[in-house]
Amino acid sequence: MNKPTASPPTKIPSRDIKTIVNAGLARRHAAERRFRWYGLIAITLGLTFVVLMFANIIGKGYPAFWQTYIQVPITFDATVIDPQGNRDPQAIETADYAGLVRAGMRQLFPTVQGRLELRALYGLVSSDAAHELQDRVLQNPALIGASQEVWLLASASVDTLLKGNIDRTLDESERPIKDNQIEWVDKLQAAGKIEKQFNTILFTSGDSREPEQAGIRGALMGSFFTLLVTFLLSFPIGVATAVYLEEFAPKNRWTDLIEVNINNLAAVPSIVFGLLGLAVFINFFGLPRSAPLVGGLVLSLMTLPVIIIAGRAALTSVPPSIREAALGMGASKLQMVGHHVLPLAMPGMLTGSIIGMARALGESAPLLMIGMVAFIVDVPKGLMDPSTVLPVQIYLWSDLPERAFVERTSAAIMVLLAFMILMNGLAILLRKRFERRW
Amino acid sequence: MQSFLLLTLLLLSIGGYYMGRKRAFAVAGGHIRNLHSLPSFYGSYTALWCGLPALIVFALWATLQPSVIIDLVVAGMPPELRNLPPDRLNLIVNDLKNLVGGNIVSSTPDPAMLEAANHYRNLRVIGNASLWVVVMTLAIAGVTYAWRTISPTLRARNRVEQVVNLFLIVSSTVAIFTTVGIVLSVVFESLLFFRQIPITEFLFGLQWSPQTALRADQVGSSGAFGAVPLFAGTLLISGIAMLVAVPIGLMSALYLSEYATPRFRAVAKPALEVLAGIPTVVYGFFAALTVAPLIRELGAALGLHVASESALAAGLVMGIMIIPFVSSLSDDVINAVPQSMRDGSYALGATKSETITRVLLPAALPGIVGSILLAVSRAIGETMIVVMAAGLSANLTANPLAAVTTVTVQIVTLLTGDQEFDSPKTLAAFALGLVLFVVTLILNIIALRVVRKYREQYE
Repeated sequence: MNKPTASPPTKIPSRDIKTIVNAGLARRHAAERRFRWYGLIAITLGLTFVVLMFANIIGKGYPAFWQTYIQVPITFDATVIDPQGNRDPQAIETADYAGLVRAGMRQLFPTVQGRLELRALYGLVSSDAAHELQDRVLQNPALIGASQEVWLLASASVDTLLKGNIDRTLDESERPIKDNQIEWVDKLQAAGKIEKQFNTILFTSGDSREPEQAGIRGALMGSFFTLLVTFLLSFPIGVATAVYLEEFAPKNRWTDLIEVNINNLAAVPSIVFGLLGLAVFINFFGLPRSAPLVGGLVLSLMTLPVIIIAGRAALTSVPPSIREAALGMGASKLQMVGHHVLPLAMPGMLTGSIIGMARALGESAPLLMIGMVAFIVDVPKGLMDPSTVLPVQIYLWSDLPERAFVERTSAAIMVLLAFMILMNGLAILLRKRFERRW
Repeated sequence: MQSFLLLTLLLLSIGGYYMGRKRAFAVAGGHIRNLHSLPSFYGSYTALWCGLPALIVFALWATLQPSVIIDLVVAGMPPELRNLPPDRLNLIVNDLKNLVGGNIVSSTPDPAMLEAANHYRNLRVIGNASLWVVVMTLAIAGVTYAWRTISPTLRARNRVEQVVNLFLIVSSTVAIFTTVGIVLSVVFESLLFFRQIPITEFLFGLQWSPQTALRADQVGSSGAFGAVPLFAGTLLISGIAMLVAVPIGLMSALYLSEYATPRFRAVAKPALEVLAGIPTVVYGFFAALTVAPLIRELGAALGLHVASESALAAGLVMGIMIIPFVSSLSDDVINAVPQSMRDGSYALGATKSETITRVLLPAALPGIVGSILLAVSRAIGETMIVVMAAGLSANLTANPLAAVTTVTVQIVTLLTGDQEFDSPKTLAAFALGLVLFVVTLILNIIALRVVRKYREQYE
């Protein structure tokens, strides 16, 4: 037993450990600082992207809220508008207003001669100017025979020039606007006959091939109808599903299956829902393409999982004591849910639904599948009218080469983002205001 | 017209509610204690009898009426029109609908068509009128029945609750029907596709050019449906996206949960999550009009040839989009690691970064892998960014500066625009959709399983 141990435990003096640790300390602290910096850089990068994107879009989009107009002296010539002199609305409607615009332009620049020159001159105002005159006369027939200075919509190339987006030093053939046109625009500007006004067209008209006449009203109405259908379908069904799964469903394979399904649906790519909509709603049930009804159906299937998951979370946060108290007072299970649990869970459910609706508002991929990408000029008036939605309008415009459309696309994005911020803000407000911590 | 009918039905049901309630008071002799249920339940009972059967009949009628009318009109057409092949007949039916709707018709309508249109109009008027009669009769009969059955012993609450329960159960099955609908629609069309193109050629072919001929004798009529270039393109773009998103997202999550002061966290976390709320079409616009030209100019300055629709631009922007997914999912996972493990590590003298890399990350690894898998599935299924910023030509390349195309881009291009529903071109889109669905489903199932297992470990 008294064998001498082969090697006694090596005893390192404690001073040595200290030196070893101290020697490595500087390196370890440097590593620590480095790591910290990586984290900070990562966050800064992420936040920079947010700022960059917003700055980029706002920078591109804000000029679109102003539009150039040219003041043109217009003579509402009675022999052109109403040759019979009997104020026949039919005749007034079909009169040659484009001719009046041309006459007005000639009056501005009486020296311009020659067919090509004149055509260039007429090109300064938008083709919509004739409609504008027609509207004025139809609204106020007393104008016939009178003369008036009228602000007419300028063409997109003039607008782009004045917003500084056309390089004047480029060769004439590479510019959308010619030298003589630039000269006229400069003269008009010097005479104060050209100015930028708030762009109401953007909000009052539908899509158009001419950038200066294109607006987002059609897309906004399409989005509104689509979201209306989405909300009316997905909110009741979502709440009912959440209530059933959380309060009534027995724990068995069937309800397990439903739960697994819901979780998976939440992660299915949105474009697959578009395929479903195309195959089922359009080809099988024969619903019309491009209709907000179909768009709403597809989006409500997409939004359902979001609402169900949020709804269940809201229901579980209601304490069991509330349920027990209600049941103890003799309420039926349904009364307990309807009178007590659901009202308490409602703010949470609404918050979830609003977030789901905001997501549906920004969704475009599945809507491409069901034909909501058509070029539609008319503003939709109902659930069955062909229409498009705001994000799809952005997609359509982003494909067009004109600089004026880039501007409008950015403006449409700003409107879309404003709605998203509004909806998310509402959701946050709702949560802050009504959420109860038990 | 139909909405007016629905409105009338709604008003009738509301009327039924008050009638039922009044009737309950009456049969109880004015004393509620004599009733089995609260009077409002008798009201709801009457309203349900008024509205529900009528509504069901209305829904069935409204969905069936158009096709029944078309069949009747076609049966009433002269034989030379009726016996046309089905696709020609479809055209005629379309013309007919336009004629009835007052739209412009492709050709001047002949008398037979005009007659058919008249027939159509008449049938529609008859159909709508009889719908009114049937629905109103049902509603009134329902109210009468309920009115007569109301007695103090009628278990109105149980009846009403049964109906509500049924509604809840039916609602919860919508999710299942959706899944079944997705699977059926995608699988069914894919099977049609694989009947024309062998599945092995689709999955392993290296050529993708989905042009099909309009005429049989056209040049280049044989389309090629080998989807490997699409899979490669999808992987390339998603890979670039993950290279951006994983380091930035993970490091942000670590910084926010381990280093940041509560105040900084309260500001930075929601600000980062703004990225998740921006619609993808906005990212697409940003990628196509800002990032792609920037990269191209940068490449030109370095003497590199960069395609104007490079995979790099799409991947970079997609990566930005995915940052908040990675960061908020990893944040959850990191916060689930028990504090005692951190404390143990600190007690042994480890620095914060050592604790994170040696203790926290190994412990949280399964959860982080799960969240990365979810992000990958998100990247694969993302559509708008690649539609707007990636190319259309199917190149089989690993060069991030070249233009590649992805599965989602091809689905969109194949299905937008004019289409014939049974051509291999459109069916190919469904086959691609099937692949997309299956792959993302598998990724999600694995990810959810991993995350759940990991959570259970620390609960």
